[in-house]
Amino acid sequence: MSIALPGLGIRLPDVSYRAYRVWQRNRDVYLRLWKAEAIWPLAEPLITLFALGIGLGELITEAELPGDQRYIEFIAPGILAVYPMWSAAGECGWGSFFRMENQRTYHAIVATPVSIEDVITGEILWGATRGFISSVYILVVIAAFLLLDSPMALLVPILAYIAGFMFASISLSYTSIARSISSLNYFFALFITPQFWLGGVFFPLERLPEELQVASWFVPATHVVDIYRGLVQGHLNLGHLGHLAWIAVVAAIFYYVALISMRRRLIQ
Amino acid sequence: MPEIIRAGNLVKRYDSFTAVDGIDFSVSKGECFGFLGPNGAGKTTTVRMISCVSPVTEGELAVDDLDVGREPRRIKSILGVVPQEDNLDPDLSVRQNLAVYARYFDMPKELANQRIDESLALFQLEEKQREPIWALSTGLKRRLTIARGLINQPKILVLDEPTTGLDPQARHLVWQKLRYLKEQGVTMLLCTHYMEEAAHLCDRLVIMHQGRILVEGSPAVLVEEHAGREVAEVHVSAPQRERVLAEMASRPGLTVEEVEDVLYIYARTPDGRAQMADLILDAESVAYHQANLEDVFLRLTGRGLIE
Repeated sequence: MSIALPGLGIRLPDVSYRAYRVWQRNRDVYLRLWKAEAIWPLAEPLITLFALGIGLGELITEAELPGDQRYIEFIAPGILAVYPMWSAAGECGWGSFFRMENQRTYHAIVATPVSIEDVITGEILWGATRGFISSVYILVVIAAFLLLDSPMALLVPILAYIAGFMFASISLSYTSIARSISSLNYFFALFITPQFWLGGVFFPLERLPEELQVASWFVPATHVVDIYRGLVQGHLNLGHLGHLAWIAVVAAIFYYVALISMRRRLIQ
Repeated sequence: MPEIIRAGNLVKRYDSFTAVDGIDFSVSKGECFGFLGPNGAGKTTTVRMISCVSPVTEGELAVDDLDVGREPRRIKSILGVVPQEDNLDPDLSVRQNLAVYARYFDMPKELANQRIDESLALFQLEEKQREPIWALSTGLKRRLTIARGLINQPKILVLDEPTTGLDPQARHLVWQKLRYLKEQGVTMLLCTHYMEEAAHLCDRLVIMHQGRILVEGSPAVLVEEHAGREVAEVHVSAPQRERVLAEMASRPGLTVEEVEDVLYIYARTPDGRAQMADLILDAESVAYHQANLEDVFLRLTGRGLIE
């Protein structure tokens, strides 16, 4: 049953356990295609570690990096953060848009007892799951390079789920206002790609001018990268808790935005 | 028969555009109720409100005594919706499509499997059950979409243009299945602009135009009332047309409609054919046919293009 507060002009989102049904639908499709889907999270980190970690890394002296690490050690936790970002955001960007507009999957689902808010929630939970799956693959690759210093790295997939929830929510919020599949290019070119290159993965942010360092606080990926550095290298502090709180707040805000905005788009 | 859907002064407005403009109707349990009308008449909008996927702007709408605004989940659990568009899951097999859909209704797995077997048999899809959707023809997809709509054994089956785009064989097969379901006591709502389909399946129907209901009744009664028995489509030259129109006044059994260079003459009495023949002897070409729902539809909604 949906609850409305007409006096305040507020309609509470009608979310239920049926979001899980939507998650299950996405999982079933994924399991039919999983081999093809596994290529990216295995191939990309592998190529990156070879090209940048080993290739470019040979040119960089350890003294230039914090904690006297090798360059490949420096980028490994970052890679763990940003490729799953792509998975989660891509799933709730191109994936969700395609399901919504081309396959009309949302329309099929809301004709059943599943509400549109269940669909949105299920989609975001699935996007987070894609981030989780991707992080597990990458963790395996990084472990194979002997780049994990701490068993705490095993916590990465859990955080990948939380961070994935945030990226999926942001992405679906944008998808809810996208007019065509090509207009998603703006989001990925101007929001996701910059985080990939500038989120503190490939060079220490301390290298940037001070104003840019301040600005980086607003960039979601930097918080995720910082936490992963702590986990992979085995030293955590209270600052990491602050990063986690930041991620949780942003995730909650954009989850709510996605619920409201998608409902507005689809239920007319 | 008790009524299962009741609409009172139902209105749907989008900003300044009124898609449904204060309509009243009720549907009885077990009947096939049709919504006819040209594109943009408001029939799909009406059906979307009944299916709880489009909020009602004004008025009342109850399905199985539940209010669509308050109990959407309960209403949706007793509906089977067959949309106009193909929204099957292209990456899943035929069987998986049904299984995934059954799960949206919280159906236990064993029960779902049993129902899936039954509906695959009913719609002659057993051999295709492992095939992916993209490998199916339009007709097969349609049958699967209807089978999917029946998976929860709905009290009401909502069909939006169920046979659009099908070849005649496929269409007749779909009609046959729908007649079978009606015999089983399933209430059906049918949106269509195939008059033949409506005449074939509907017990009662409404013709909608510009958001309003123009007429309501059984197909036979509507034909009788609004088109009569027989129709002549007459192509005549301008001076002849004047003469025919002038003589019409003295023949109470006939009515005429003028559309561009064609006259449509409707005969309402048993001797209508004789009267018409005598009137239009020297026409360039005449085609007679028995009055049907299409004549009613075109008379009421106009023969010109609407969009």
